[in-house]
Order: sequence, then C-alpha cells, then structure tokens
Amino acid sequence: MTNYTPVSKKTPMPSQGTAEVAPATQVDSHFGRKGIVQMILLGLLLLLPIAAYFLGHLYYVNLASRITIIAMAAVGLNLAIGYGGMVSFGHAAYFGLGGYIAGISAYHAFDMTPFMTWPFNVPGSDSLLVVWLAAIVLCGLLALAIGAISLRTTGVYFIMITLAFAQMIYYFANSWPTYGGEDGLPIYLRNSLPIVDTTNALTYFLICFTGLVLAMAITSRLMKSRFGAALTMARLNDVRLATAGISPYPIRLVAFVISAAITGLAGALYADLNGFISPTMLSWHFSGELMVIVILGGVGRLYGPLAGAILFVMMEMLLGGITEYWQLFLGLVLLGVVLFAKHGVMGWLAGRERNE
Amino acid sequence: MSDVILSLQHLHKRFGALQATHDVSLELHQGEIHALIGPNGAGKSTLIGQIAGNLRPDEGSVFLAGTEITQMSIAQRARLGLGRSFQVSSLAEPLSVMRNVMMGVQALQSHSFRFWKPIARDKALLEPAYEALERMQLSHRAWTPVSELSHGERRQVEVACALALKPRALLLDEPMAGLGPEGSAKLTELLEALKHEVPILLIEHDMEAVFRLADRISVLVSGSVIAHGDSHAIKQDPRVREAYLGNDDA
Repeated sequence: MTNYTPVSKKTPMPSQGTAEVAPATQVDSHFGRKGIVQMILLGLLLLLPIAAYFLGHLYYVNLASRITIIAMAAVGLNLAIGYGGMVSFGHAAYFGLGGYIAGISAYHAFDMTPFMTWPFNVPGSDSLLVVWLAAIVLCGLLALAIGAISLRTTGVYFIMITLAFAQMIYYFANSWPTYGGEDGLPIYLRNSLPIVDTTNALTYFLICFTGLVLAMAITSRLMKSRFGAALTMARLNDVRLATAGISPYPIRLVAFVISAAITGLAGALYADLNGFISPTMLSWHFSGELMVIVILGGVGRLYGPLAGAILFVMMEMLLGGITEYWQLFLGLVLLGVVLFAKHGVMGWLAGRERNE
Repeated sequence: MSDVILSLQHLHKRFGALQATHDVSLELHQGEIHALIGPNGAGKSTLIGQIAGNLRPDEGSVFLAGTEITQMSIAQRARLGLGRSFQVSSLAEPLSVMRNVMMGVQALQSHSFRFWKPIARDKALLEPAYEALERMQLSHRAWTPVSELSHGERRQVEVACALALKPRALLLDEPMAGLGPEGSAKLTELLEALKHEVPILLIEHDMEAVFRLADRISVLVSGSVIAHGDSHAIKQDPRVREAYLGNDDA
C-alpha cells in the first residue's frame, strides 16, 4: 500500500491541499480569481492608508485602522460561526473586555495606582505587549467559562445564552462607577511599545494590520490542521465526529476560546485607537454588527470578515453622512446578500469556495 | 470461536409504558457475523442506541472486549474499538470521502488538539484512511465529495469510516437499506470478506443478505429476543415464522 495519493485523473488533489474542495478544475479556475481578489483587498487596505498618511489625511489612516480592527474582531467571530457553526451573539463581551483591559490598565498606569493589591499586587501597565497578553488570556478564560456552559446547548438556545452572558457583562460595566460606568473612561495616552511610536497614526495602523494578517493566518493554518478537520466535522455532522471517536464538545470549546481571544485582542486595539472605552463596546448592538459583518463578507470565508468590515464601515461613513437612517440601507444590503449571494461578498467576488 | 468481543447482558429500556428492550442478552464472537432481525417496531433502534451509546439502558450492561462500556459516551466507545454505520447515511456531504474516513484515523492516533501541521499531506492520516477505502474497494473515489457518490458508494464509505478506527467490533445498522440487488450483492461480498478480521453485529432487513452472511441470527420481537440460532434453525422456528417471516411466506 504505497499509492495513497489521489491518482484519479478526474479529481486530482486540489492544489490548495484541502481535500474538502471538489474537483480540481473547478478549484483552479476559482483559485486564480480568488487569489487576485484577496490580494487586491489586502493590498488596498495596506496601501491606501499609507498614501493617505503621506498626503496628510490622518482621518483616513484612522478609518483604515478602524476597518482593520473590526475586521479582526470579525475574524474571531468567523472562527466560531463560520468554521465552528457556533452562532455566538455575545462576542461583544470579548471585544469589550479586551477594550476595558486596555483602558483600565492605562488608567492605573497613568494614575500610578495598582489595579489590585490583594491577593496579588497587580499594577497598571501602559505597555501594549502586556495589555495584549492580558486581553488574550483573560478573554480566553472568560470564553472558557461562558463556552463551557453555553456549548451544552445548541441552536437558538446557544444564541440566547451567549447573548445573556454578554448582557450581564454589559450591565456590570454600565453600573461599575470606578471605571466610568455608563460614561466610559478615557485613555489619555495611548499604550506604548518599545522602540516604535504608537501615537503615530500610520504606525498604529500597521500594528493593527499586522494583527489582522496574523489572525487570518492563524485561522487558515488552524483549519488545515487536525484540529480544523475535527472542527469542520463538528460543524457539518457532529454525530459522525463522535462515531469516529472524537468528542465534539472539547473541540468546539477550544475553538470558541481561540475565537474569543482574537476578538478580545481586537477590542484592546480598538480602545487604544479611540482613546476611549465605554459599555457601548460591550453592547449587544456590537455583537449584532459583528454578525452582520461576518454574514456580509461570507460565512466561513477567510477573507469574508475583511470584505464585510470594509463594506460595513464604508456604508456607515458614506451613507451615515447623508442620513442618520443609514442602517435602513445596511438592512437592504444584508437582505440582498442573504437572498441572492449566500456566500457573501467574498462568494460573489471570488466564487464559491466550499461545496455546501 | 468462543472469543466474546461484544456482550450485552440483560438490557432493559423503558420509555414510559413502552418496554422497548426487555432482558436482551447477546454475544458477538470473534470471526462471526451475528445478525439481528426483527419486524418494524421490535426495538432494534433502541437496542442499537444502547450499544452505540446514544441511549443508556435502565438495567443491564454492555461489554466490549471485556471492558464495561455501559456508561461511556459515543466517542469513548468508538475509541475503544466499536465501529458503527447508520441506517440513514451520516457522512459530511461537502467533504471528500477521504476527509470523512480520516476522522477515524485521527481519533485513533492521538487527540485532535494539533493545531499547526496541515493534514493534507499527513501520511500518518492518509495511508490508513486509504487502506480502509481499499478494503471497501472505493479508493478510486477517495477525493470525490460524498455528495457526488451513489447511494451504494455511501454505504461503503460508512463501513470504511468504521474500519478506519481499526475496530474490534462492527455494528452495522441496515447497511443494505435502499440498495438495489446489485449493490446489495456487492456489499454482501465485501462484508463476507471482512468478517474474519472484525466480527460484525448486523442489523438488516434484507433477508437474502442475512441468510447468506450470518453465522448466527437473533430475532427481536417486542423488545425481547425470541429466537436464536443459525439461519437454518431460524428459518424453521415457528415463532419466528409467525412473528416475522410469516408476512412473506404465508
């Protein structure tokens, strides 16, 4: 038995390496188009802000940072919804927690007061590296607790229970006066990194861009691994997965934790971008917006969150300038996507990726 | 032949007033195909559920190769070597045949918390999966999406998935269901070749296949095993004729 590689002339192994994509001819014709669309998206996102910076339009640099961060948060959610089939309606909890970690840490570093003194002495920190690490770890832990309970349910109950947890955190932040309560908390000085100047708009954009690319690379790599294979099977057919000897629950839980950690890191970046945190980051509106972005872009598509975030923020900016009822138009676009382009903007631009 | 691989001991399962399983004891020996037949509503699905782990019996126990598995989850039973196929095909349709079969190999080799190495070129996964497919004469379809397979081929993939686990026992739930005579004959042939390696507990409606394949047959009626024996004895048993075969023969 040596001839384990696919030898059939009709369906050779797809060049991309994932056996889940069907006959190679179909894949190849789309692969070129898909690759070009992805390069254009990422290239524009990188080059336009650089051009804007040197032309002196800092507003647009920050707008690009905003798109990038929201795309990154959606990349996290896409891992849960698109790849894991876990429709979380509570990802604002992780986005907001990441933001509050950045804000609270900066607040104590600025005031030179400790965050807590018992049982450990935890000082504030204005180092982005510390903030990011804390955001990843704490959001992961929060998701571990929430996921451990929520993943015992499925379907609409899962949606509701994730929403309920997020709302609990929202109301807690809303009523906790130490960190501004419903008024929020300003970050007077953006948290810093060694060597580079994070207060520079372009530098900060490039940091966010790196974060987004990393999050997408991790997602892509993850989904090609054994873990990704198990997660895909958990989404498509969890009975098959269990029958094959793999319990779906821990697979889903780990994916949920990774998903939350990515969204949490995006939240920390967002807080430092705006220099402000408030319970709005934790509200269910934001959970909904993230879902809309994932669906707009294409559920379970690697570049879907990016395409969705660009579309969403652009619509918000362009239509929002004309009318405050811009979300009416967003609704229409969403309706169009759901009805006529089931694979989202990426499916429309780059062709179908998965046979579903 | 006295090597007991799968053993059900005094299983009882009740749903409200319905006694779905009543004191069922069964043994599956090394090297045999043991068929379980019974009319609709006899409690076959309930019994399978208790063996595979979807249901817990109210009383009694299930042993696999000497280990009690009564309270184990579906996945735990699978890892211990209980392969099963479903009455209604339960494959992940958009994925290739290979990706479906590889799942069992993956479960067998280690935990699935390997995040980095791509599976697409992972020989440790591909080779055993390919081997299982070859056993079911389906290796030429390895990279075809399941959705493009014929009904009969899906049946073969189901068995290949179970084989990928290197099972100690196979639990096949109506593998012939919906197959034409040709497909049924082919699968019968494949299963016959298989039984020397893995004992099979076969739940089947296709009497021709059962009588050809089974070394022993148990007949389940209203939750109880009413008869037990080789195909000759079962054909002659008046209770069986009345309860089950009677429909065809009378």
